[in-house]
Amino acid sequence: MLIKIRKASDVRGSEITPKSVYLDRRRFLRAAAVAGAGAAMAPLALAGSARAGAKLTGVVKGPYSTDEEQTKYESVTSYNNFYEFGTGKGDPARYSRNFKTKPWSVAVEGAVAKPAVYGFEDLIRPHKLEERVYRLRCVEAWSMVIPWIGIPLGDVIKRLEPTSKARYVAFETLHDPKQMPGQRRSVLDWPYVEGLRMDEAMHPLTLLAVGLYGEEMPNQNGAPIRLVVPWKYGFKSIKSIVRMRFVEEQPATAWNKASPREYGFYSNVNPQVPHPRWSQSRERRIGTFFKRRTLMLNGYADEVAGLYTGMDLAKYY
Amino acid sequence: MPVMTPKHPIRLIGKPLVFALCLSPLAWFAWAAWVGGLGANPVEAANRFTGDWALRFIVIVLTVSPLCRLSGWGAPMRFRRMLGLFAFAYTFLHTANYIALDQFFDWQEIWADVYTRRYITVGWVAFLLLFPLAATSTNAMVRRLGTGRWKRLHRLVYLIAIGSVIHYYLMVKADVRVPLIYTAVLVLLLGYRVVAGMRRRAGQSRRRAPRVQPV
Repeated sequence: MLIKIRKASDVRGSEITPKSVYLDRRRFLRAAAVAGAGAAMAPLALAGSARAGAKLTGVVKGPYSTDEEQTKYESVTSYNNFYEFGTGKGDPARYSRNFKTKPWSVAVEGAVAKPAVYGFEDLIRPHKLEERVYRLRCVEAWSMVIPWIGIPLGDVIKRLEPTSKARYVAFETLHDPKQMPGQRRSVLDWPYVEGLRMDEAMHPLTLLAVGLYGEEMPNQNGAPIRLVVPWKYGFKSIKSIVRMRFVEEQPATAWNKASPREYGFYSNVNPQVPHPRWSQSRERRIGTFFKRRTLMLNGYADEVAGLYTGMDLAKYY
Repeated sequence: MPVMTPKHPIRLIGKPLVFALCLSPLAWFAWAAWVGGLGANPVEAANRFTGDWALRFIVIVLTVSPLCRLSGWGAPMRFRRMLGLFAFAYTFLHTANYIALDQFFDWQEIWADVYTRRYITVGWVAFLLLFPLAATSTNAMVRRLGTGRWKRLHRLVYLIAIGSVIHYYLMVKADVRVPLIYTAVLVLLLGYRVVAGMRRRAGQSRRRAPRVQPV
């Protein structure tokens, strides 16, 4: 029989701090440090991730997904270009908290058999939600991998029955300076407009996204409904869409209007065509340190190169 | 000029205080980096941070002499060298960040940048022009060069300031408000010097008898 004789220096069982308590203490310290830093460094610290959106149900895995490591949710929702809410990367998360996206409707106009103002649900509900993990390449030479949730734009367009005069689709973002503080200054010619050629819009890669990471679209990412065109620079994937117009002529696009020399209508990801002010040959994947080579058409050349056969992509940048 | 003994309050309290103040943004940034508060793209955050402070210090340095002239208060002049050296330090960190973290010593890519991107060309010129100023910042160098030559050399700071603002303006995508604010401040600071210089010359030539120029 073992008799333990307690020495004076021995720690009594009752003195040992329970694991849960010391873990809590660490968590508290870390939280306090982060909170303190956040308060002290308002311009640097990005706003904490917005409230988690409602989970989307009935989502199936869609085609074309990459198995590359996905960019952290916190980064996807705190590092955004959405000039309607400010030009800083943290502005969209900070200033879109009270952005009202319910109810929402999208006006469908122009050369279609079924023009109407569609409620968000009416537009989306007839389709099955798919998860698509796509690369996103920003024109500023950074990139992310994002698990979007949405429906192929082509499926929606088919339902709207475009006529033979529909050669392009023009998109428009909500214009509401009361809710979108960035629109109170004329950084861009509001509302933000974008456009796709009909075959680009109908391509099965092109997504009308309503969520990411299994949740409803966070406001800062373009809630409630946005475009995702993964082989084009990010700014082509217009956010918070309120209008789709089917037209015969190539529509104007926001960044092209702002600087035609720098941003073309097509804006396909192309490492061989540099932006006038920086190279597009490499990119920094958010969350990784070293830059990587940018792939032709953002790695979707097999799927979409055919759309541009015979076109000089340096001329039609 | 009053002699600054080691126990002079400016040297004893003022200088360490201003030094700490100039260093505080960097301490703040290091703290942010430590707690992970730099956001999704820390390299870009470092780039913006060092660039912003480099430009701020250049503007602060250029504010010193008009401030002293206009207020008749000479003390800020005592800190001008230190402020200038901090402008150099932050610019150095800015460039080092670009070379090491942003481009990871990819000299081919860096050279392509310098060669083809105007804002980077301008940035590099401004950066390199800072070296002779930093190198001649000691009292011994002022003596060696002589005050007149030293002053002429250090007028390069005007060119550096203009280059830095152009660098910033060219780099911004669409929202040029902040670069325009810097431009306005710089126009004010340099404009003051032009006007003050013209007045001084006018005053001198009135006092002096007209000189006959040798043919």
